[in-house]
Amino acid sequence: MEGLLKFITCGSVDDGKSTLIGHMLYDAKLLFTDQEHALELESRVGSRSGKTDYSLLLDGLMAEREQGITIDVAYRYFATEKRSFIVADTPGHEEYTRNMAVGASFADLAVILIDASKGILVQTKRHARICTLMGIRYFIFAVNKMDLIYYSQKEYTRIEKEIKKLAIDLGLCNVEIIPVSAVEGDNITARSLSMPWYQGKTLLEYLETVHIEDGEDEQGFVLPIQRVCRPNQSFRGFQGQIESGTVSIGDELTVLPSRERASVQSIFVADKEMTLAEKQQAVTISLNREIDISRGCVMVKDADVIVSNMFTASILWMDDARLRRGKNFLLKLCTRLVPASVMQIKYRVDIHTGEQIAATSLGKNEIGVCDVVVSDEIVYSTFANHRGLGSFIMIDRLTNMTSACGVVEHSLRRSENIVWQKLDITREIRAASMGQRPMTLWFTGLSGSGKSALANEVEKRLNVKGRHTMLLDGDNIRLGLNKNLGFEPEDRIENIRRIAEVAKLMNDAGLIVLAAFISPYETDRQGARDIIGEENFIEVYVSTPLEVCERRDVKGLYGKARRGEIPNFTGISSAYETPEKPEIVIDTGTQSLEECTECILTFLYQYFLVEEGVCNDVGR
Amino acid sequence: MNKIFEDSSHLDALEAEAIFIMREVAAECEKPVMLYSIGKDSSVMLHLAIKAFYPEKPPFPFLHIDTTWKFREMIEFRDRTAKKQGIEMLVYTNEEGVRQGINPFDHGSAYTDIMKTQALKQALEKYGFTAAFGGGRRDEEKSRAKERIFSFRNQAQAWEPKNQRPEMWKLYNTQLHKGESIRVFPLSNWTEKDIWQYIAREKIEIVPLYFAKVRPVVCRDGNIIMVDDDRMRLFPGEKIEHKSIRFRTLGCYPLTGGIESTADTLEEIVRETLGAVTSERTSRVIDHEGAGSMERRKREGYF
Repeated sequence: MEGLLKFITCGSVDDGKSTLIGHMLYDAKLLFTDQEHALELESRVGSRSGKTDYSLLLDGLMAEREQGITIDVAYRYFATEKRSFIVADTPGHEEYTRNMAVGASFADLAVILIDASKGILVQTKRHARICTLMGIRYFIFAVNKMDLIYYSQKEYTRIEKEIKKLAIDLGLCNVEIIPVSAVEGDNITARSLSMPWYQGKTLLEYLETVHIEDGEDEQGFVLPIQRVCRPNQSFRGFQGQIESGTVSIGDELTVLPSRERASVQSIFVADKEMTLAEKQQAVTISLNREIDISRGCVMVKDADVIVSNMFTASILWMDDARLRRGKNFLLKLCTRLVPASVMQIKYRVDIHTGEQIAATSLGKNEIGVCDVVVSDEIVYSTFANHRGLGSFIMIDRLTNMTSACGVVEHSLRRSENIVWQKLDITREIRAASMGQRPMTLWFTGLSGSGKSALANEVEKRLNVKGRHTMLLDGDNIRLGLNKNLGFEPEDRIENIRRIAEVAKLMNDAGLIVLAAFISPYETDRQGARDIIGEENFIEVYVSTPLEVCERRDVKGLYGKARRGEIPNFTGISSAYETPEKPEIVIDTGTQSLEECTECILTFLYQYFLVEEGVCNDVGR
Repeated sequence: MNKIFEDSSHLDALEAEAIFIMREVAAECEKPVMLYSIGKDSSVMLHLAIKAFYPEKPPFPFLHIDTTWKFREMIEFRDRTAKKQGIEMLVYTNEEGVRQGINPFDHGSAYTDIMKTQALKQALEKYGFTAAFGGGRRDEEKSRAKERIFSFRNQAQAWEPKNQRPEMWKLYNTQLHKGESIRVFPLSNWTEKDIWQYIAREKIEIVPLYFAKVRPVVCRDGNIIMVDDDRMRLFPGEKIEHKSIRFRTLGCYPLTGGIESTADTLEEIVRETLGAVTSERTSRVIDHEGAGSMERRKREGYF
């Protein structure tokens, strides 16, 4: 008897995946009567054809039933006399590719459906490629809807050829091809009477008998540490699940990345003390001497693993915002969570042809190969050698989204890596290393309108959140960089131009700049916007009315201006041009400083998130 | 009975997976809690938690949401178990609901919302838990079949089924924003049969209500409801009968249907389960309110 088989069904939309599994459960009498009853009832309400709709068994979410498509992976559990199964039914829509990949990461075998009336589609290839990427090594291509092509052997043979070519292109080894009809039940659990020319196994027969070699080639003992267990002063145990190999009391183990060695003193498999433990078991191990071990360390014996901070990986990008070089994120590999960034995107893989296409960014649902640098030395392996140590996810540091999953192709050493040496430190990389999006907040308004106080408050709040900022205002610019400039119109123009150039440089350095200047002329502000860049420029119009500013007259300037002691004073003897399209308008006359600050921060927060692509996703 | 225990290697795999998940949560999450519903799945979860951290005690408390309408035997079992295992058992009741006299007879689905869903939200908020283990299994109901093992709740504690985080291999992303939390289902891949086989193999103690015994019941809308105390209201024409029944799931007694059975040993229960003709949640009255009702409640924050 073969062990538990985890498999997925995939294929394009409407290839009949849910129907296939539904029919298999139904035929194999694996349904409970109340489910069968509910199925019949719901079918009559919502079915497209009026017949029993087997897919209703699997499409569990309301949105799915409304739309008649599968959005997320559904897991089904069933057992025949010969074997237990978990099947993950995955969505066919390209938009939900990431959910399909979730199912693939879980499975040993993939059943890929092909609509016989359509043949191999782009989505078929995408799914086959993702299955391979996620480590699936057994494939069944079920050529479905044979009834629609009148069970034609000739047509089937043509599709079979296409599949065999695809299998060669992708380097698939264990491939089985079966003609079926999910709706009619041909070759699902019983041999089809309509296709006497097919002599192979039915789908269920094959699933029941296929032998899966699971990591039997993985070398040595590997135990990634999940946590340290210290119930009292005298016991210190290291807990984790054995990834490969066996361990016995007295074995000498190496702890990575520190490379210290110690011998095994005791082994607990769950709560039972044992002398030996093996792959898959959850263990607690204590050692004969005190060495520094924490979560993320790996205990090994005779295992082929790598300790370094750079590798080349194939990844599936799953986020709405594109992946670009220099992107910073958290990498989770085994039990280690560590800051990392993408040094270089080497190429994108064309889903259709498998061709390697030069790319500087990756979009949602695209597969690419890139070089990843990690902030610390970590323990890993290539995915080909060791699945558990060669797979990882990438987590966006701002949104916390799982943005990508990937597998290690090979390690990189600094000396070997010409690209790293040639790498220019770009604005994106500097910004990524600060974990923020640089921009300039340009505060404009009359003297005494509250620009500086507000900019100062916003800066404090941003700092609390760990943002890197710089405040530019009259005090630090007029007294230094621009001390040779006066208040004549041409000097005012030059003043603003220099400030804008400085703000741009600071943005390039990764900083968020807050610039608080009267900047009375629309053309100058537009000039600053052009220098700094439309996408990085946020104009904050502090619209406090002249009367209020004059009443406040914090520095006594309005008094002097009215007395004619200050020439060219904005609002009195010189014009202030109201901004035409500021991003934010603030009136400190009617709102408290706190309210104004909150208003700006709220805007920024949305701006950050929009930039990172979160809002798009939520709104769908 | 040998057939039942013939191949238990898949139970070893399920056990190892659940322990791995619990250790990940303990290591990565700021403030975890394990929900304890007193049912058989909770008993299995507790058993696994004891194993997972041994020789340490589980490094988190347990939480029971008490609607005040649980079977008396459940409460007794809960207190005894907490004492025996030496674990911290928090009990939370929505006192506002109690004051308003919310009960399962008059308030229908509002009762479930106020005394279970709202109570759970209040309790999680009160203690500031960031991760809560639940005993949900994917074989129970169709929307559960689609839920991740690490399932995120937004600041309103609601589930967004269309926007679930990808969950690859066993690399769980536990990163949270302030106010968000995670529900973790270590038994996701277990079936009802696995639960029973594991209880038998590990000799896990469960509430006696799971075993058949002659009990006072009324039959109502095809459900057999046990009369657990004198708060039970009888409708005109209903009379209390005595039948040999057992329960496949446990909850609030007026909302939990029993099944007629004489299975009073684990072996007999497993045998009945293996040949079961109705799925488990049939005996929970709320699930019948219409297709999709479970998903709707989960979106609103029901566990």
